[in-house]
Amino acid sequence: MAMVGTRRGGRLWLYAVLAIALVAVVAPFVWMVLGSFKGEGELRANPPTWIPQTASLDNYTQLFSRLSFGTYFANSVIVAVVVTAGNLLFCSMLGYALAMLDFKGKKLVFTAVMGTLMIPGVVTFVPLFVLVANIGLIDSLPGLILPFLVSPFGVFLMRQFILGLPKDLLDAGRVDGAGELRIFRQIILPLCGPALATLGILTFLGSWNNFLWPLVVAQQESTYTLPVALALYSTGQNSTNYGLLLAGATVVVIPILAVFLVFQRRFIEGIATTGIK
Amino acid sequence: MATVTAPSGGAPGQPGGPGEAGGTGDTETSRRPRRTGGLREGRAAWVLALPFCVLFLFFTAWPVVQSLFMSFTDTRSRDLRTPFDVNVIGLDNYAKALSDPVFRKAALNTAYFVLIGMPLTLVVALAAAIALDKGITRFRSVFRLGFYMPVITSIVAVAVVWRFLLQDEFGLINTVLGWVGIDGPNWLGDPDWSMPGLILMAAWRNFGTAMIIFLAGLQGVPAQLHEAAAIDGAGAWQRFRHVTLPLLRPTLLFVSVTTAIGYLQFFEEPFVMTSGGPLNSTISLSMYTYKQFGFGNYGLASSMSYLIFVVIAIVTAIQFRLLRERS
Repeated sequence: MAMVGTRRGGRLWLYAVLAIALVAVVAPFVWMVLGSFKGEGELRANPPTWIPQTASLDNYTQLFSRLSFGTYFANSVIVAVVVTAGNLLFCSMLGYALAMLDFKGKKLVFTAVMGTLMIPGVVTFVPLFVLVANIGLIDSLPGLILPFLVSPFGVFLMRQFILGLPKDLLDAGRVDGAGELRIFRQIILPLCGPALATLGILTFLGSWNNFLWPLVVAQQESTYTLPVALALYSTGQNSTNYGLLLAGATVVVIPILAVFLVFQRRFIEGIATTGIK
Repeated sequence: MATVTAPSGGAPGQPGGPGEAGGTGDTETSRRPRRTGGLREGRAAWVLALPFCVLFLFFTAWPVVQSLFMSFTDTRSRDLRTPFDVNVIGLDNYAKALSDPVFRKAALNTAYFVLIGMPLTLVVALAAAIALDKGITRFRSVFRLGFYMPVITSIVAVAVVWRFLLQDEFGLINTVLGWVGIDGPNWLGDPDWSMPGLILMAAWRNFGTAMIIFLAGLQGVPAQLHEAAAIDGAGAWQRFRHVTLPLLRPTLLFVSVTTAIGYLQFFEEPFVMTSGGPLNSTISLSMYTYKQFGFGNYGLASSMSYLIFVVIAIVTAIQFRLLRERS
């Protein structure tokens, strides 16, 4: 905490700069939320207004009644929850096996999974689409979920964390007569809280904001997720209805912001530590 | 099956004490000490690994291999049902991509995103991280939260808002510029200003991630070093240059690699904000690949995606070299 050579005046100046930066960063969000309550005329007013002069919920009622954002919202929630649950379960299982157990083929599995960490999504995109199309999952929620149920990054994260747990735990469990699966379920998993929280938050966030894959797989309205619906709406023929667009953007952003605010401490720690390792 | 796997030293063969009473009632445990209640270690490990491996093989490993194969074929969308009934055309797709003027334009734009966007993002992030780390003590978490907000929001939602902020006449940014007497450009409508507009928005959205990682890295810079340097008469800039920066090198490497990879795959921002226009001025490699996919040219799109992959690998290798050597 030693503040070498930082004088009082210097610090005040710093606070001022940071405050201006904060306003600049947060302003688009404030403007988005406020704008979603405005009518078309006010949104085109010059100079632009901040506080809605005649605030109404019209944009939101239209969004949910005329554009069925309720369905898209439900789809987004289902996909994000299932993808997150799958990653937590499958990545921790393999992470445990790789960190603590000996088995034939371990090296091969480890190399293959870590090798694909570097491969960007754009490489697998086309054949993945062909595959999902061939097994008849286009336009279905499983088609949105299955390719994301596991992630090499998740395995890496879980393995690193479990490696840090004491190996004596295994022996203690074995002495008590527990099988490997039971040791995993009752001893290892409960200790993985911080790693699971990090992976869970990152996965949920990634799934909620995922855009490219749902854009091609969800071809009918019944399987749209929120970002797809918003993007198609905003580039489609209705793209000049700004009030609706801002309300749609707010519906996409607010839930994830709420999740973030609840878990922010975990979240930031997770980003920081996974970033460094 | 017959291989005896020794579980790290102390085998759980108990001397038959009271501990055994807590067993699962499996009569085999007493006869075969290696068998511990449930499955053997090797088999249990595979039970744990199998669900992941099946999904991974199916949805990651196979597509990676098939993508490579497809990039040497003339696969089109109508061949979807019979993926092996296509012609192998060697490197034709790659040659076609590299001689395509729009692909070249996309490559130039992508280079522009990386060369301007990445440094801008890193400088802003590092400045914010240093200010939050040592400069101030109060409201630190408020600033950190605020600066991080754009990162967690959907890029589509953010793009919708920014398309609006960047508007010519009644956009917020030009209004603010007007306050200080600057006549703002028609950001997204003018081919000369569309790239700066997108980069501005991308830097705004992405600097928070880099900032958080820098903050973590800065915690590894001991305060004593700074004090010692200050006593030796080093100014703030010199301390940053000779104390902070060298110790921050691993963090810098990580952040610059991940940020560069992000910009090399730039897709959502141009897709939602400009659709690549005006006049292809903002089309990126990923976007053009996606367009070819949309036209049904799967073979060509695959070769383009592998070209992007190769570029990513090269850029990553160069960054590793540069940052290693200077230390």
